[in-house]
Amino acid sequence: MFDFSIVTQWIHSFLLTTLGLPEWLTILTESVLVALVIITLYAIFAIVLIYMERKVCAAFQCRLGPNRVGKWGLLQVFSDVFKMLQKEIIKMRNSDRFLHDLAPYFMVAASMITFACLPWNKGAHMLDFNIGIFFILAISSVSVVGILLAGWGSNSKYPLIGAMRSGAQIISYELSIGLTMLTVVAMTGTMQISEIVEQQYEEGWNLFRGHIPAIIAFIIYLIAGNAECNRGPFDLPEGESELTAGYHTEYSGMHFGYFYLAEYLNLFITAGIATTVFLGGWSPLHIPSFDGFNHIMDMVPGAVWFIGKTMFVVFLLMWERWSFPRLRIDQILTLEWKYLMPISLVNLLLMATLVAFGLHF
Amino acid sequence: MILDPQLIAPSALKATMAQLKAEGFDFLVHLTGMDWGEEGFGVVYQLENTTTGEHRSYRTVTADREHPMLPTVSDLWEIGNIYEREVYDFFGIIFTGHPDMRRIFLREDWVGYPLRKDDKTEEQNPFKLENAELADTTTQYDVQEDGTVTTKQNIVFEEDDYVINFGPQHPSTHGVLHFRIAVEGERIKKIDPVLGYIHRSIEKINEGMTYPQTLALTERMDYLSAMQNRHALCMVIEQAMGVEVSDRVQVIRTIMDELQRIDSHLLYFSCLCQDMGATTPFLYGFRDRELVLDIFEETTGGRLIFNYNTIGGVMHDLHPNFCRRVKEFIPVMRKNLKEYHDIFTGNVIFQNRSKGVGVLTKEEVINLGCTGGTGRAAGWHNDLRKLRPYAAYDRVDFKEITFTEGDSFARYMVRLLEIEESLHIIEQLIDNIPDGATQEKMKPIIKVPEGRFYAAVESSRGQFGVYLESNGDKSPYRLHYRSVGLPLVYAMDKACRGNFIADFVTIGGTFDYIVPDVDR
Repeated sequence: MFDFSIVTQWIHSFLLTTLGLPEWLTILTESVLVALVIITLYAIFAIVLIYMERKVCAAFQCRLGPNRVGKWGLLQVFSDVFKMLQKEIIKMRNSDRFLHDLAPYFMVAASMITFACLPWNKGAHMLDFNIGIFFILAISSVSVVGILLAGWGSNSKYPLIGAMRSGAQIISYELSIGLTMLTVVAMTGTMQISEIVEQQYEEGWNLFRGHIPAIIAFIIYLIAGNAECNRGPFDLPEGESELTAGYHTEYSGMHFGYFYLAEYLNLFITAGIATTVFLGGWSPLHIPSFDGFNHIMDMVPGAVWFIGKTMFVVFLLMWERWSFPRLRIDQILTLEWKYLMPISLVNLLLMATLVAFGLHF
Repeated sequence: MILDPQLIAPSALKATMAQLKAEGFDFLVHLTGMDWGEEGFGVVYQLENTTTGEHRSYRTVTADREHPMLPTVSDLWEIGNIYEREVYDFFGIIFTGHPDMRRIFLREDWVGYPLRKDDKTEEQNPFKLENAELADTTTQYDVQEDGTVTTKQNIVFEEDDYVINFGPQHPSTHGVLHFRIAVEGERIKKIDPVLGYIHRSIEKINEGMTYPQTLALTERMDYLSAMQNRHALCMVIEQAMGVEVSDRVQVIRTIMDELQRIDSHLLYFSCLCQDMGATTPFLYGFRDRELVLDIFEETTGGRLIFNYNTIGGVMHDLHPNFCRRVKEFIPVMRKNLKEYHDIFTGNVIFQNRSKGVGVLTKEEVINLGCTGGTGRAAGWHNDLRKLRPYAAYDRVDFKEITFTEGDSFARYMVRLLEIEESLHIIEQLIDNIPDGATQEKMKPIIKVPEGRFYAAVESSRGQFGVYLESNGDKSPYRLHYRSVGLPLVYAMDKACRGNFIADFVTIGGTFDYIVPDVDR
């Protein structure tokens, strides 16, 4: 497989030796470059996802979706973004201006940092250290602070209820996500994302390696991950028929745009983490003892594998979103505390037994 | 039917009404405020015995035009509460013993009572630009034993209640409706409806119109029962004048009413899905409703407001394509109904959110006057097409859908099963529409003989009644509509208490009120 670290090594040596920059300036330049790449990818994926969501949802609903701006409506998202950029950011009386304006940045920052943790290809990790999984869990929870601040800072009743719901929901489902992650970590024995993927490249995807407990963990992760993103059927923090728009009711212009952006990217990130942890990240599909097949699969670049698998999971999540009605707050909490969490705990125990007796592949 | 209300003196009203209630007249169909000029202000009561189907009417009158006061019946029939508030709002009759004498449609700082014949509405109420404050307290008037009237303040919302405004602009109130909801966390403590945001005072406007003109306004009330509403008004005028419409007209009206019912129930299904966050079935419903609207459009030229029924017949004959289109539509709709059940009815989330939620028992729906699907879901056989068949309903075979649970799920199922029944009715009629005139010859100026008349139809969401009082003129003396939605809006408080905010939306969706019909 192509190792992306060749490229990064080359840039590093180019800056350090060919240009003769001092070490600190080299690292600074590289950091700026990486940041630019993250922001660009972030924007590109937001556009792709919004377009995809519209087309997928249209297909489910017997509609055509956007088809007027550009060929097949390809420019629709761009025109929407430009419209949103022109909109005034309305300043409200009696709201807590500082917190109100701060909240969207929490959302975007949290999702961007999580976004940076994804393994795009062999050797193409932006943030990668030995507590990677733990870091993802920690940093993705920052977005709940943004939601709570948005609800509180707006000084309005609907956003406050939306924020309260969101707080209760996200903090609950964080438990399930943590436990499913722990299940996988128990099997892999490492928290470093690059190593988890590397291991899956060598020994097969975790979903197959860990068989029963891994599949249970995967399903729980998909449910809880959807809840983490506040997407339907768990979209009750912003349930438009009850709370008009929930915690971001009072936002306008690009501040609203940030929430919107973060929502779609969170979808991608949730799917990306599922891919990394369960579906082998960038590692191609290998079937043991089918060497010819495996060889052909290896020729497809890792980034294509990663994005392809992630988009597949995104499609699964969209399918769920456009088929189900919304749950109620008590049902959401019942689902988590009475079903998903106990199952996850038992599942963790099962995985530990499996690992202890070496029953996984 | 021709009404001959028996006059009761205000002093005897309380006892008579209590006795009638004890005799089994448990349904207060209608309560109409009246201004009889010299005779004074009064109220016409229409009662119905839901077991025997007997219909009786009474009236009471007070000669005091300065401070008209009548005893309340809201303690006997709960729905009297909101009917009496309406009468107070428009006629200024104070109901003693009523716990909540606030205006309901008009602003609280409104001067005068617009439906009084001598009210100077426009002079007294210049256009206002400032906010209308809503009071948190209300006044109750009581008559003491010595005849003096005392007042008492009742509290609507406590000082530290967390009150949310649902509406006037809100996606799930289905129109310009305003509920003030006191919540405790996510649970609903109390609901207080604030109405009148799109009140056009159709009843007052009607008093200055000729009969053919009044027809046009009926469709602007419950726009999803446009056909049926207009049918009701045509029926009452025809009955009053003794006009017999041809068989062809009866059948056409029946088919149109049923198509309208399908149209309305499809919208009901769609909006309920939308309220619950299921956007995909929402569009399925709209896709199929389009077919019905196309059929309407071909014959009547309208898609929402049709102007089709007219006094003595229908405006014009059916379009040549009508029968073919309807016959094509029936199997398509049957097939798609199955799709609805697959995607939404069977969904576990929907079932959990609707079963056992917002339960109203049979006694409660009768007491609250919730007719139509809401009443039938609780086991009240109130389908006027069965009870008092009109038009061509006596010659078709169909089932009256009733459930006993009285919860949101039952209310939903009633509507979906009624679509099937409506299809069945249309199927029986479409192949043998009799020949005949589509319009009776009417005089150029229509005058209704003196008297009081009432006619009701089963509209898409319940009993829609028209009370017509005529003094032989070319315009009505008083034309009052029994709104289907008003009792439903009033019942929201009872059905929602103790439930979650999210349930409020579901219950509101399954109740199926239409705001222009509530406000009139």
